[in-house]
Amino acid sequence: MIEVQHLTKRYGPFTAVDNVSFRAESGEILGFLGPNGAGKTTTMRIITGYMPASEGTAVVAGFDVFDQPIEAKKRTGYLPETPPLYPDMTVREYLMFVAKIKGITKDIKGRVDAVMKKTWVADMSERQCGRLSKGYRQRVGLAQAIIHEPEVLVLDEPTAGLDPKQIIETRQLIRELAGNHTIVLSTHILPEVAQTCKKVVIINKGKVVAEDTPDGLIERMHGSVSIYLQTSGPVEDVQRALQAVRGVSRVKVADTKDESGVFEVDSEKGSDVRRELAAAVVRGGWGLLEMRPMRVSLEDVFVSLMTEEKSADEPAAEAEVANA
Amino acid sequence: MRNVMAICEREVRSYFSSPIAYVVIGFFSLLYGYFFYALLSYFERQSAQMGMGQPGQVMNINQMLVGPVLVNSTVILLFVFPAITMRTYSEEKRQGTIELLLTSPLTDVEIILGKFLGAMTLYTAMLAVTLIHISLLFLYGNPEWKPIATGYLGLLLMGGCFLSVGLLISSLTKNQVVAAMATFAVFLMLWVINWIGAFVGPTAQAVLQYLSITEHFDDFSRGIIDTKHVIYYLSFIAFGLFLTMKSVDSERWRG
Repeated sequence: MIEVQHLTKRYGPFTAVDNVSFRAESGEILGFLGPNGAGKTTTMRIITGYMPASEGTAVVAGFDVFDQPIEAKKRTGYLPETPPLYPDMTVREYLMFVAKIKGITKDIKGRVDAVMKKTWVADMSERQCGRLSKGYRQRVGLAQAIIHEPEVLVLDEPTAGLDPKQIIETRQLIRELAGNHTIVLSTHILPEVAQTCKKVVIINKGKVVAEDTPDGLIERMHGSVSIYLQTSGPVEDVQRALQAVRGVSRVKVADTKDESGVFEVDSEKGSDVRRELAAAVVRGGWGLLEMRPMRVSLEDVFVSLMTEEKSADEPAAEAEVANA
Repeated sequence: MRNVMAICEREVRSYFSSPIAYVVIGFFSLLYGYFFYALLSYFERQSAQMGMGQPGQVMNINQMLVGPVLVNSTVILLFVFPAITMRTYSEEKRQGTIELLLTSPLTDVEIILGKFLGAMTLYTAMLAVTLIHISLLFLYGNPEWKPIATGYLGLLLMGGCFLSVGLLISSLTKNQVVAAMATFAVFLMLWVINWIGAFVGPTAQAVLQYLSITEHFDDFSRGIIDTKHVIYYLSFIAFGLFLTMKSVDSERWRG
């Protein structure tokens, strides 16, 4: 369980994190979303006890990270943006060292073997960390974070720099881990959030701008369903015919190609007009080339939230602390 | 304590898996050997002249050979220690591994003690090599072992002071070159701080004399363990490590 309340972090005059509050129950995956420099890393560093907050509290697994740091850190696994590897140690040596400083006393070797298997790095166990590829580094970083089976996992962009296959595997692993860990993961890759997280916190310029489930966010954006339609035939005639269909609120011509038109049809809430649209096209004697419902993506939600935010506060603080 | 040992072990491992340990030990042994040879040759000539018949004077191998060799070898520390300490914190910051240490269930004291003991271990290994020279003396002569032991104790304590200063400076910067240069400058300053003693008045002279790291070493090299000097060295080390801790902590607050 992670509970963050009114967290604020200032660097001199610059406020990197501004009154952020959120909560993740155990077994939950919380996606922490925001553009670069939004304050994701800073928030994560505070939760993991790397740096103290200027104001506010963070409680991890029942322990305040500031008042009882050792207890809180025992229960936290953290994968920073760059995996914290010692280049001159082999993967096995490194994980043995991490196991020791995380307070594991019994069967260190067995634990290291198990975690290497779990994160698919066993085949590189004798390779020096400095000579690993980016993908392996990231996975050794993940191994390091879960070796002491923490209640809470904080992952800062866990899939950055991985190839598509590794990304899928890593997401799979994160989902598997969610059963017995509370996970906070930050990312700026939106599909990742939609696929892995139960809950999303969107943060921009240090402030929380939205907190919901991925579906909830999408729903909030759009009450109605849009339909993508491509037909052959004279564009204006088709448009008129579509507009006449009952339940259609708006027909927009998105594109025209010599003998075919691309339309975006908005329908009223709660009505499915696909059958009627198809019938209208056929009735007119035109060809129905393609029809599919258009999904509002999380990208759209994200972009609109970010732009809303921009127009809301005029003197936008342009100063962004790199990696802050 | 387990945590301190884990950190210390990692430090030692990293010294010996990089060229640093070998360069430092090699360089130190080379110069130590040179000093040893030079002073031994001088001692030899003196005793030969003595044999020609100038009675009354006693040749003491401890005073004339071992003591001066140890005093001279402290100069070498000045040059090799920045290489040992420059990377201790700078490297962790550069690699990002400082994030691992600071988010693990470790106290700041454990981290610093671990690093300090790691550096001390390398230093002890360095001194251990020189025992070869000393054992040669025992093979062919009959020096007293006690002043030699106190001399080495003094060297260890004095080295500890330098290492604690080195750690502190390393914790202040990400840049290893800056760390090494600053460490060297501070060492040198601590070395020569009492040179101006004669010109600054008696009170200031006493203060400067007390501050000078080398000043406290002389008694050790003569076979005297004075608690005054032991306390000076130990409190110097403790203060250096304390400041290092504060420096790491303040960095956390500033982000």
